[in-house]
Amino acid sequence: MNLYGADGWALFIHFLAMSMLAVGGAIAVTPEMHRYLVDERGWIDDTQFSAAIALAQAAPGPNLLFVPVLGYVVAGYAGAAVALAGMLIPSTTLALAATRWGLRRREQRGVRAFVAGMAPITIGMLLSSGGVLTQPIAKLPAAWALLAVTIVLSLRTRLNPVWMIALGAAVGAAGWL
Amino acid sequence: MNLTEPTLQPASPSELLRAFSWLALQGFGGVLPVAQRELVERRKWLTREQFVEALSIGQVLPGPNIVNLALIIGDRFFGLRGAFAALTGLIALPLVIVMALAVLYMHWAAQPMVAGALRGMGAVAAGLILATGIKLLGSLATNPLGRVGCALALLATFVMVSLLRWPMVYAVLGIGAATVGLAWHRLGTK
Repeated sequence: MNLYGADGWALFIHFLAMSMLAVGGAIAVTPEMHRYLVDERGWIDDTQFSAAIALAQAAPGPNLLFVPVLGYVVAGYAGAAVALAGMLIPSTTLALAATRWGLRRREQRGVRAFVAGMAPITIGMLLSSGGVLTQPIAKLPAAWALLAVTIVLSLRTRLNPVWMIALGAAVGAAGWL
Repeated sequence: MNLTEPTLQPASPSELLRAFSWLALQGFGGVLPVAQRELVERRKWLTREQFVEALSIGQVLPGPNIVNLALIIGDRFFGLRGAFAALTGLIALPLVIVMALAVLYMHWAAQPMVAGALRGMGAVAAGLILATGIKLLGSLATNPLGRVGCALALLATFVMVSLLRWPMVYAVLGIGAATVGLAWHRLGTK
């Protein structure tokens, strides 16, 4: 891609849109990022996409940081900056503008209807996000077992996710996947 | 707001920045629980009610919840300067770390052990996200849409986004118009 031409703008505009769509957090819009970056544009592949998200989960800090990693994989440091700026500018502006307004009106029917109405959609988007990440491992039974173990550990224990990521890295590095 | 006042508050935007840097660096797999512990329990800058209130606003707005939460809390203490101090604290150091990992990954991606490790981490990442979705299902129990309404909306979203691969904005606007409308109606008749 050519970051300093139409492609750069396309990347920026894509993340601007993702920012406004990310009602359930940045992770919830990963299926849309995947559709655009992998399927439609072909800038990166399934493996790189999943790796970007896995890297961000392995590092401390907000999950949102998979966004600059995706940008970096697409187009280097400038791509990272474009992606992060795109992801932050609209939602940050809106948050600052709406904070005082919303704090006073959160009991109002419209706000409550919005929260309630978006809740099942957000969860549907999250489950789709998990689905997108399984694409590089679709034909690897051992990886599915690892995924199942992760779900059980997350639901049944309070184990810090960093240990599960470490387990996944160890199992994968050992060549068992 | 009719909330009890917090007992303490940050002395300056730079203290806010340091506090958010510190909590972001402890946040593996999610910063929110750490933020609650640091801001409410340890530093006592916010009461639990104020924290939940800021979070619920952050969740209504688009954008990552934790980013919105940082903006709201920063803004509360020092206005715009506070908001940007909190945001910078939250993002700056973790960004350096994650970019360093990304650079290493791009350099070593072809190495079989690295590729294997990333595959394993990817499987775990998928599991973590699915588990979060499953955990949140419980929060739908009190939703005014009802169980059937929630199940239909969730399923429709999943089919449109995952199976049909339609642009997500159609799902959000199309299904969202129906669910928000229905919730509005139900909230009025209660």
